[in-house]
Amino acid sequence: MDPIQQAMLKKSHAAKLERRGKLISLFCISLIVVVVLAIFFFVASRGLATFFTNKVNLWRFLSQTTWSPAVKDASGQPQVGALPMIVGSFGVTLLSAVIATPFAVGAAIFMTEIAPNLGKKVLQPVIELLVGIPSVVYGFIGLSVVVPFIRNIFGGTGFGILAGTFVLFVMILPTVTSMTVDALKAVPRHYREASLALGGTRWQTISRVVLRAAMPGILTGIVFGMARAFGEALAVQMVIGNAALLPTNLISPASTLTSVLTSGIGNTVMGSLENNALWSLALLLLLMSLAFNLLIRWIGKKGEIK
Amino acid sequence: MQNYSLADTYIKPLDPAEHELALETKNLKVFYGDHEAIHGASLQFERYKITALIGASGSGKSTFLRSLNRMNDLVDKARVTGEILYRGLDINSDKIDVYEMRRHIGMVFQRPNPFAKSIYDNITFAPRRFGEKNKKVLDEMVETSLKQAALWDQVKDDLNQSGLALSGGQQQRLCIARAIAMKPDILLLDEPASALDPISTSQVEDTLLALKDHYTIIIVTHNMQQAARISDYTSFFYSGTAIEFDETRKIFTRPQIQATEDYVSGHFG
Amino acid sequence: MDAKKIDRLATTILYLIAGIIVIILASLLGYILVRGLPHISWHFLTAPSQSFKAGGGIGIQLFNSLYLLVLSMLISVPLALGAGIYLAEYARENKLTEIIRTAIEILSSLPSVVVGLFGFLVFVLQFGFGFSILSGALALTMFNLPLLTRNVEDSLRQVSFDQREAGLALGLSRWETVIHVIIPEALPGIITGMILGAGRVFGEAAALIYTAGQSAPALDFTNWNPLNIASPLNPLRPAETLAVHIWKINSEGIQPDAAAVSAGASAVLILAVLLFNVLARVIGNRIYKKMTAV
Repeated sequence: MDPIQQAMLKKSHAAKLERRGKLISLFCISLIVVVVLAIFFFVASRGLATFFTNKVNLWRFLSQTTWSPAVKDASGQPQVGALPMIVGSFGVTLLSAVIATPFAVGAAIFMTEIAPNLGKKVLQPVIELLVGIPSVVYGFIGLSVVVPFIRNIFGGTGFGILAGTFVLFVMILPTVTSMTVDALKAVPRHYREASLALGGTRWQTISRVVLRAAMPGILTGIVFGMARAFGEALAVQMVIGNAALLPTNLISPASTLTSVLTSGIGNTVMGSLENNALWSLALLLLLMSLAFNLLIRWIGKKGEIK
Repeated sequence: MQNYSLADTYIKPLDPAEHELALETKNLKVFYGDHEAIHGASLQFERYKITALIGASGSGKSTFLRSLNRMNDLVDKARVTGEILYRGLDINSDKIDVYEMRRHIGMVFQRPNPFAKSIYDNITFAPRRFGEKNKKVLDEMVETSLKQAALWDQVKDDLNQSGLALSGGQQQRLCIARAIAMKPDILLLDEPASALDPISTSQVEDTLLALKDHYTIIIVTHNMQQAARISDYTSFFYSGTAIEFDETRKIFTRPQIQATEDYVSGHFG
Repeated sequence: MDAKKIDRLATTILYLIAGIIVIILASLLGYILVRGLPHISWHFLTAPSQSFKAGGGIGIQLFNSLYLLVLSMLISVPLALGAGIYLAEYARENKLTEIIRTAIEILSSLPSVVVGLFGFLVFVLQFGFGFSILSGALALTMFNLPLLTRNVEDSLRQVSFDQREAGLALGLSRWETVIHVIIPEALPGIITGMILGAGRVFGEAAALIYTAGQSAPALDFTNWNPLNIASPLNPLRPAETLAVHIWKINSEGIQPDAAAVSAGASAVLILAVLLFNVLARVIGNRIYKKMTAV
C-alpha cells in the first residue's frame, strides 16, 4: 500500500480536531439548555412547595387580596393572596404598553416612511441609547423626578402604578420601536408604490397598506415590550411604593410580583412558608414569561399564514 | 426542447492497460432527500488528462463533481451511493478519512473564494495547519504554485496584500495556486471561469493547460468552446445522467447520441 | 377634512412624536449629567462608600463592577463562541435544534430577577459560594449568554459559505476553518456584540442583588493575593456593584447625601454605558476596515 492509501485509512489529525471541536461546541450549547431546564426545575420545586408542602389552595393564592404570609387568618389559613401583586404587574404592564405603542409606532413610521435620513441620524442613536440606560438609572430618575411630579399634581405620596407606568413606558419604548421599524422595513416596496400609484396620500398608504401588512411584526414588538415590562424589577420597585394592597387607584402605593420578590426574598428564612410563597410568585413570573413567549410564536405563525 | 431517453447512453470504456486511471466512479447516485439527482454515473478519468463535464444547468454535472471529493457531505440531506475508486480504494466509504482524501483531490469553485488573508497566507494557510513550519519551504511553495497558476509575475512584489484586493481572474488563479500548493493528485474545477471576463477566462484556460502535465483535471463547464479547447475527454450530462463519454474530439465531431449532438450543436442548453 | 389635510396632520403628529422621544432622552441624560457631574471628583471615584454619613464615594463599587464584568465576560465569551459555532456550523435542521433554539429564546426573555433568584438558590446556597463575585459572575453569564450566542451565530452566518468550502476543499476540518478563517472574518460583528453585552452587564442590578450581594466590605488594594479575603481579587467576597449601590441607597439608604451620591453614581454608569456604545462602534468599524483592507 502506498503512503497516501495508508493515510486515508487512518484517522487524520483534522478528523480528530473536528471531533474535538464538535464536542466542545456541543458542550457549550448543552450547558445553555441545562441551565434553562435547571431554572425551571429549581424555581418550580420551590414555588410549588407552597401548594404541596404548606397546603395552600391555589385558587386562594390567585384570588385572595391579603398578603401577609406570616399571619394566619381567622380560619387558621395562611394569608397568601397574591392578587394585589398580580393586578399591580398586569396594571403597569398594560398601561405602559398602551402609552408606549402609539409613540413607538409613530416613531417607527417616522424613521421608515417620513424622514428616513433624520431617523437614521437622530432617532436611531436615541433609541439605541435609551436601550442602553441601566434600569436602576430609570428607577432613580423615576424616584427623583416622576414621583415628586405626580405628588405635586395629584397629591398623595406620588408612589404607585402611575409612576411605575411612566418609568416602564420609557423603558419599553425602544424595544417596541426597533421591532416595529424592522416590521415596517420588511413590507415590500411595491405595496407602497401600488397604493401611491392609485392616488393614495402618504398617510393613506401608511395607515391602510403598510401598517396592515406589518401588523404581526408590530404586535410581536408590543408583546416583547410587555414581557420586558412584566419582568422589570428594580426600576418598578423603586417607584411603586411597595404596599401589597389591591390597588384602588393609580396613585396610591402598590406592588408587583417583581417588587415584592426583590424586597422580600432576602428577609425570609429558606423553606419557611413566607419564603415558599415568594418563590411561588417567582414561578408565576416564570410562567408569564413563558406565556409571552408562546404568544409571540403564535402571532408569528398567524402572520406567516397570511 | 424535446425529451431525450435517459436509457440511450454511450460511455466509451478506457482500457486500463493503455490508460492509467486516476479516478473512477461506479454507479454513483446522489440523492437529496428522496429526490435522486444523479442516476448512477460510471465514468473513468485518465491520469494527467483534462476531462470536461458539460451539460445544461441543472443537468447534474456540478452535483456529480462535488461528490468526487465528498463536498456533498456538507449538504444536510444529501446522500451519495456507489463507488468512487481512487488508488484502489473506494473513497465513498466510511472507512476513508475525508480530510486526508481532500488533500489529494483538490477543488476550485465557481466563484473565486480567496480567504480574507494576504496572498502569502492564502497559499500557506493550509500547509501550515498541516504542520509545515519551515519558512524556506513555504516561500518556495508560494513561488512555485503562483508560477504554475500564472500569477507570480503580477503579485510577486507584494505578497502581503490581501487576496481580496486582486481582480476576479487573479483571485481565481490565486485559488488554483492555493489548491495546487497542496500538491494534489486530482484537481476538480467547478465552472472556474463562469464568473470571469473573457480575458481572465483565457488566462485561466492557459493555466489549466499548463497544469495538465502534473495534475489530473476534471472540469465542469457550461462553455462548450472551453471544453473543446482544453479537454481531452468530455462527458455530456443530461437530466442527472451521464449520457455520453468519449474523447473530446469525437464528442464535438461525431457524437453517438442524439441528445449530445443537439447540445453541442447548440439546439438547447 | 380631505385626505390631503389628514396627511399633513398625520405628518405633523409624527414629527411631534419623534421630537418628544428625542426630548425624553435629552432630558434624561441632561438631568443625570447636570445633577451628577458636579458630584464626580477623584475622591468620589476612589473613596469607599459611607452608610450613615455624607461624603461617601463609590471606589469599591466601581472596582467591583469592573471586576465582575471582566470575570463574567471571561466565562461567557468562550461559552458563547462555542454555542454560537454549534448553531451556525453544526446544528442540523431537526427537532433537537428546534428545542435548543427555544431554550435560548426562553433564557433571553427571562426576567433578570428570576435569573438572579436562580443564582441565589443554586450558586449562593446550593454550591455554597455565598454572596460573592463568583456567584454574581455566573448569574450575569446566564443573563448574557443567550444574546451573546445569538450574536456570534449571526456574525458567523454573515460570512459567505464559500469560505467554509474553501477550507474544507483543502483538507482542513470544519472546526479549523471556522477558528482560523470564519471567526477572524466575523470578528467585527462579534466584538461589537461583546462590547454591547458588556454594557448590558455593567448596568445590570436585578440579577446581582441576591448573588453578588449588597455589601461592599473594605478592600486592601495592596493585597493582590486572590485567596485573601481582603484582596480585591478574591472571587468569593461579597461585592456590591455600582448599579446595585444606586438601587440600595435609593430604596433603603439613610445617607444624608443619598440623592447626590445616586446622581453621581448614575452619571458614572451612564458615561460608562455611553463609552461602551462608542467603543462598540469604533472598534467594530476599525476591525472591519482592517479585515477588508485592500
